[in-house]
Amino acid sequence: METVKLIIDKKQVEVSKGTTILDAAKSVGIQIPTLCYMKLEDLHYENNPGACRICVVEIEGRRNLAPSCKTECIEGMVVKTHTPRVMNARKTVMELILSNHPAECLTCSSNGHCELQVIAHDLGIREIRYAGEQSKFQIDRSPSIVRNMNKCIMCRRCETMCNSIQTVGALTAVNRGFNAAVSTAFERDIAGSTCSYCGQCVSVCPVNALSGRNTQQPVLDALADPAKIVIAQTAPAVRTALGRDFGFEPGTLVTGKMVSALRQLGFDYVFDTDFAADLTIMEEGTELLQRLGKYLNGDEKVKIPMMTSCCPGWVSFVEQHFPELRENLSTAKSPQQMFGAIAKSYFAKILGIDRKNLVVVSIMPCLAKKYEASRPEFSVDGNPDVDISIYTRELARLIRYANIDFNELPDSDFDHPLGESTGAGIIFGTTGGVIEAACRTAYELFTKKVLHKVDFEELRGMEGIRSATIDFEGVPVKIGIAHGLGNARKLIEEVKNGTSPYHAIEVMACPGGCIGGGGQPFHRGRMEVLRKRATALYQEDVNKPLRKSHENPYIQKLYKEFLGEPCGPLAHKLLHTHYIDRKEIVGLYMQTDKRD
Amino acid sequence: MAQYTNYILVCGGTGCRASQSEKIIGNLKAAVEKNGLQKNVQVIRTGCFGFCEKGPVVKMIPDNTFYVQVQPGDADELVKEHLVKGRKVERLLYVNPETNEQILDSKHIDFYKKQLRVALRNCGFINPENIDEYIARDGYVALGKAITEMTPEEVIKEIMDSGLRGRGGGGFPTGLKWQITRKVQASQKYVVCNADEGDPGAFMDRSILEGDPHSIVEAMAINGYCTGANKGLVYIRAEYPLAVERLMIAIKQAKEYGLLGDNIFGSGFSFDIEIRYGAGAFVCGEETALIHSMEGLRGEATVKPPFPSEQGYKGYPTNVNNVETYANIPVILLKGAKWFSSIGTEKSKGTKVFALAGKVNNVGLIEVPMGTTLREVIFGIGGGIKDGKKFKAVQTGGPSGGCLTEKHLDLPIDYDNLLAAGSMMGSGGMIVMDENDCMVAMAKFYLDFTVEESCGKCAPCRIGNKRLHEILQKITSGNGTEDDLDRLRNLAMVIKDTALCGLGQTSPNPVLSTMDNFYDEYLAHVHDHRCPSHQCRELTQYYINPEKCKGCTLCARVCPVHAITGDRKVPHVIDLQVCIRCGTCMDKCKFDAVYVH
Repeated sequence: METVKLIIDKKQVEVSKGTTILDAAKSVGIQIPTLCYMKLEDLHYENNPGACRICVVEIEGRRNLAPSCKTECIEGMVVKTHTPRVMNARKTVMELILSNHPAECLTCSSNGHCELQVIAHDLGIREIRYAGEQSKFQIDRSPSIVRNMNKCIMCRRCETMCNSIQTVGALTAVNRGFNAAVSTAFERDIAGSTCSYCGQCVSVCPVNALSGRNTQQPVLDALADPAKIVIAQTAPAVRTALGRDFGFEPGTLVTGKMVSALRQLGFDYVFDTDFAADLTIMEEGTELLQRLGKYLNGDEKVKIPMMTSCCPGWVSFVEQHFPELRENLSTAKSPQQMFGAIAKSYFAKILGIDRKNLVVVSIMPCLAKKYEASRPEFSVDGNPDVDISIYTRELARLIRYANIDFNELPDSDFDHPLGESTGAGIIFGTTGGVIEAACRTAYELFTKKVLHKVDFEELRGMEGIRSATIDFEGVPVKIGIAHGLGNARKLIEEVKNGTSPYHAIEVMACPGGCIGGGGQPFHRGRMEVLRKRATALYQEDVNKPLRKSHENPYIQKLYKEFLGEPCGPLAHKLLHTHYIDRKEIVGLYMQTDKRD
Repeated sequence: MAQYTNYILVCGGTGCRASQSEKIIGNLKAAVEKNGLQKNVQVIRTGCFGFCEKGPVVKMIPDNTFYVQVQPGDADELVKEHLVKGRKVERLLYVNPETNEQILDSKHIDFYKKQLRVALRNCGFINPENIDEYIARDGYVALGKAITEMTPEEVIKEIMDSGLRGRGGGGFPTGLKWQITRKVQASQKYVVCNADEGDPGAFMDRSILEGDPHSIVEAMAINGYCTGANKGLVYIRAEYPLAVERLMIAIKQAKEYGLLGDNIFGSGFSFDIEIRYGAGAFVCGEETALIHSMEGLRGEATVKPPFPSEQGYKGYPTNVNNVETYANIPVILLKGAKWFSSIGTEKSKGTKVFALAGKVNNVGLIEVPMGTTLREVIFGIGGGIKDGKKFKAVQTGGPSGGCLTEKHLDLPIDYDNLLAAGSMMGSGGMIVMDENDCMVAMAKFYLDFTVEESCGKCAPCRIGNKRLHEILQKITSGNGTEDDLDRLRNLAMVIKDTALCGLGQTSPNPVLSTMDNFYDEYLAHVHDHRCPSHQCRELTQYYINPEKCKGCTLCARVCPVHAITGDRKVPHVIDLQVCIRCGTCMDKCKFDAVYVH
């Protein structure tokens, strides 16, 4: 490989050709501060618009300062990273950025993990010499995402995520000069845009210009209401990441502490969305077999490949961008909604209470789940199946707010009957997990044989698009997997063109799947964090005595006592849904609810 | 076919059209017919003559009589007197303001005498909507020569040897740019003409496109031949409807003549041109922003490298040159690099077109050899300062440039001298200021523009320019402190040092150059809360000297806010609370009784 030699701060450096000054400096232990720059190593994408100018350095012979994130090393270059000129420039530019950023740190939800705060601290900003007029944008509140452009520093990371990675195309810079901001087409509210609520923009925002909708207070209100029974369901990915906010290493499983914390908060029952994941497999697996059976018998009307429908960001994406393919989506509801439907029917009946007095709170790694819970088809007479959905970071905040010492909590188990799950339900939280869980059950239902090797390694991994063929005793079932909507777009384009080789496709909207969801503690594009979370889920799967959804005794009991057959009439009523062509709806522009 | 003996050239540039030159053309045609001369006399609508101050301009060929400030009603007289009776219409001739002599012929008018027209060679001479007239003046000969007699390398060498540098502002050697684009291997390449002229007051590109569009078409084809591109794109402001119209006609005619399209001159070289419209964003004159805008993306600059020559439009190598640069190409090939490089200074060859504006007598479009001094331009061609006032400064390079002063008047104009003096060539805007202009207010004026035109991508330009403007606002309203001056300079230096593109890097130039040259004016605003030029309204108060006031009541009657009271024949008084400091009273007072403090 061709290399170049240069000098950075009097140190001799040799790097491969094409390396930026920023990376070259890092290789010899020189940390240049950055703000807009973001490297998504495993997604092979860098956000480096060269816009913030914080990473500038001096290069001998060059007239002006150079952005180190965007300037390639050249043979013989002499770079200085902390001359008075450089330091003054960084400080002045930082003061400019701060001069147009509300000084609300103490009440900002990014307080303590804000990248702008860190750099302001590192650069020793003690006064802002260039105070002046500040931007005044209206705050845009959608069911999932809140956009406060007054805090925006125009790093454009959200645009990169929304356009280059997710290919959703909801966010773009608008206006000029001081009035420039990231907004939607025609500056509509988020709710009237093509946003899928995946929340990846929120997960990379270095400040708090984009944040998740905060619904902690309704949870506290419900817990304080003696007339209500309040139950929790926790998604699998939450337990791998919640600990991060309490100082645990990435990927540490804190299931037991989480359950204890929820009990301390006052939840009457703490259940597991994994139970509903097992239920989803029963329905979705059965549906897949039904579709496959028809398909193998030559039925041309059946929609193959069947696409998973657990991920509300993905469902929105299909409804908005590919509504003509919405019938390829499994009609099975997502685990969150299956849980809500069962809780408010089956469990309410067990308790002998009206569904209106049962409050279902979901704890999700996801922002889109808030939107999903608010979809009108997921309610009965105006009473939603899932009343409130909060995300992982919100739960961490609630735990702190209630002065619960999370680290010292003992482990405890989920309640029954909706808290028991198999390993299959656990791996729902990572890319490839849903389809692997489905295979475990579908294989046995299809072949009527016992599956001995339950680990489908070929379905795992972090590659953006993966495929595998699973042998169902002579019937090769072709499976495609994508995580990240940009990757999903490639698979669905194939479906659209009629060239898709697959029978089933699993899609999760977020890179890494739910473990990388927009509601998780921020991973800032560090994929090793996601890998650790995935490993934790697979470990939990191995630790479970039961690893196939249909073996879950509480699932069996549910069907026996209440639901009847998978995909039967009652199951259909409670556990399946339909999809809407939202190209139209986005066009009509629905005004959003302005309350927070 | 008619054999004309006489031609009447009427300026059809945007400025003269605004002064009814279309109506003049109509009336002249009618008058020609009325007098039965239609077989001998042709009325031709040309491009800009440049002498906008005296427009609309009508020129008689073959005797070159130059009529100025012609009205539509003058058409009959012009035809009857000049063409039928052979007598000059003396009242429409140009009068030399110094000698009061009538001048018959444009060649003897100072404004033209000192110019050398290379890029503007055809403007005002030919009908831009007729390809035959362009061809009659050696049009498309250079293209033919390049394609049939020269290799691309030879053409590029000729351009390199000529020493031509980019006329859009940067001054990058044109031949070298072509060579870089040529050397990059790619399946597709583009040549682009940057016609997104955005400097306030500059209109050289518009005038060339309006007056001589074929020269651009020809030069782009030559560029395509050299760089290996078969597609040309003209990025032009949609607010230039006349230029767009004439360019479209030129492209259509060139296609009909086989000078554009497939297999030009049977050489196997094919070239086509398309037009792309700009929405008038100043930043889109920056080549990366221009390319993004053409791609349908947001018009904002990206960090270079990669340069467009390597990775431009849709990722393909793209050679971007400015209109005026292109206008020089055919002449260089016809007359040779040696001829071209004999004009100008050591490092800046050829001529430069300037849009002369501001407080100068002869406002207009001029072209002079590089190396001409500012004094020659402003006082020789420009005819000196209006109303006999004193020269104070000249802003070159538009909002990105700086202001130059008395001490720079004998500076030969070229790229490097202007840069060294703290300004720049830019696209050729030249705004002259007199003793009544406040330099702090001037800097603020230009900042107004850059704040408006910043794309908002990088922090120093987006926020920094806004803050510069706010500080200037504070100073011009009398609230500035010496500390503000330090902050102003530091911020200006940092923006220059850190902004992403040329717009941001040069936007503090007006501040820095006025601080360097007119620091005393800044100090007067800050220390004495006084604007020496009485331009800053918040620092100016109008008074009436009771000893001089005759009580004629004129000031009271013209005051738009009724701030002046007083009885007839009794000295009047201005109510400072009401006064909006418009200065009308001072302008109107016949007794010099109104003064400012």
